[in-house]
Amino acid sequence: MPVVSMTVNGNSVSGEVEGRTLLVQFLREHLRLTGTHVGCDTSQCGCCTVHIDGKGMKSCSVLALACNGSSITTIEGVAVDGKLHPMQQAFHEHHGLQCGFCTPGMIMSALDMVRRKGNDLDEHTVREQLEGNLCRCTGYHNIVKAIQAGAAAMKGDATPATQHD
Amino acid sequence: MYDFEYHRPANVEDALKLIGERGEAKLLAGGMSLLPSLKMRLARYSDLVDLGGIAELNGIRRDGNALVIGAMTPHAVVAASPEVNSTIPALASLANGIGDPLVRNRGTIGGSIANSDPAADYPAGVVGLGATIITNQREIEADEFFLGLFDTALAPREIITAVRFPIPRKAVYLKLRQQASRFAVVGVFVARMGNGARVAVTGAGPSVFRVKDAEAALARKFDASVVKGLQIKQDNLSSDIHASAEYRAHCTSVMIGRAVTAVS
Ligand SMILES: Cc1cc2nc3c(=O)[nH]c(=O)nc-3n(C[C@H](O)[C@H](O)[C@H](O)COP(=O)(O)OP(=O)(O)OC[C@H]3O[C@@H](n4cnc5c(N)ncnc54)[C@H](O)[C@@H]3O)c2cc1C
Ligand code: FES
Ligand code: FES
Repeated sequence: MPVVSMTVNGNSVSGEVEGRTLLVQFLREHLRLTGTHVGCDTSQCGCCTVHIDGKGMKSCSVLALACNGSSITTIEGVAVDGKLHPMQQAFHEHHGLQCGFCTPGMIMSALDMVRRKGNDLDEHTVREQLEGNLCRCTGYHNIVKAIQAGAAAMKGDATPATQHD
Repeated sequence: MYDFEYHRPANVEDALKLIGERGEAKLLAGGMSLLPSLKMRLARYSDLVDLGGIAELNGIRRDGNALVIGAMTPHAVVAASPEVNSTIPALASLANGIGDPLVRNRGTIGGSIANSDPAADYPAGVVGLGATIITNQREIEADEFFLGLFDTALAPREIITAVRFPIPRKAVYLKLRQQASRFAVVGVFVARMGNGARVAVTGAGPSVFRVKDAEAALARKFDASVVKGLQIKQDNLSSDIHASAEYRAHCTSVMIGRAVTAVS
């Protein structure tokens, strides 16, 4: 079986995979990084969002082997030294989740949004840019608030969008 | 998904060799259309040849009065490109309306047009601007490229390397989005070229098409009044869960009028 090697949350990892092994399967089943979720079969929900070489993508629709040599950041890699990332903290403070299933994808997508759109995000921008992430619980209202607050909090924060991107 | 052997060649030549040698080999670009269909076991291939490692297929450059976009350039890169925004902003906004940001970070222009989804956005821009599809073996005019539902003029072992878009005087792309998927229920691209106008429609039928009546009227006088009440034949339009052929014909006509106003 082919071997894939990549950097995940700053650590070099490798493993034997099949051609068809998806990045999300490699993360969850081989590396046991189960924070990245699978919420659909149609590439629409965004629960599986991770950063591949600094850009937000749906890991359920990317082959593990296509990430050979890449640098991946998952939800497990955004807190620094046990301290929540400002975006995580904002979800906590603004009650941006109910069941929490969509939350890892929401946060990884929110960080990609900050990379592309900056720290001052109006409500319309956040809603529009969240098109790739579905939440079945919250009605989005508090997610939008959390992302606006998290993006603003990141302004003064020295941490880059994520430490591993 | 059925298993396959994965390859990542470093240049077009090696990619061609691989798809030539392997029985049921398939090219992989961003995978945003191909992998979902493989996950549903709608197709099965012995080998996937990933174009992602071929640097020469990626990038945007100006070539005289045209813009050349490499096949592997992601939608997000086209959307954010200063070069595209300053020459053909309609194309940047088209790319910016595809799916969602995560899809745009990975999906490519080459994959989109090779796929020829009836509701895809890029075909409207490619035909609306009269672009040229450049492959490893030839150049194909947009009007000859899209043959029908998921069907193109590409030979089985032909790789799109780039698309060359002539720079119009002005152009616009309007899309009536399917609310869940963001694909086009109807998408209208109108371009004012140096030598007349082009009107291309995606989403409404099995494949992108031009509205030559509108083009002829606009060539005489470029004004929304000449396309007012334009009748679009329903015979070849799609009727499905999203919209009837009658509704699509009506929207096409109304949207052509709005697009013409926007570029007047
Ligand atoms: C949730 C979601 C929403 C989407 N919404 C939209 C939308 O609103 N509008 C829209 O237009 N699209 C939409 N798409 C599709 C998206 O734009 C895809 O990126 C695109 O259709 C295919 O590009 P790809 O690079 O991902 O190609 P792939 O999926 O890798 O390949 C598609 C096909 O093209 C062939 N191919 C790829 N590259 C080449 C090449 N260089 N030469 C020859 N053949 C090639 C492959 O063999 C395959 O048959 C959506 C996709 C998803 C998952
Ligand atoms: S699991 Fe739903 S988009 Fe990836
Ligand atoms: S919090 Fe339950 S799906 Fe979003």
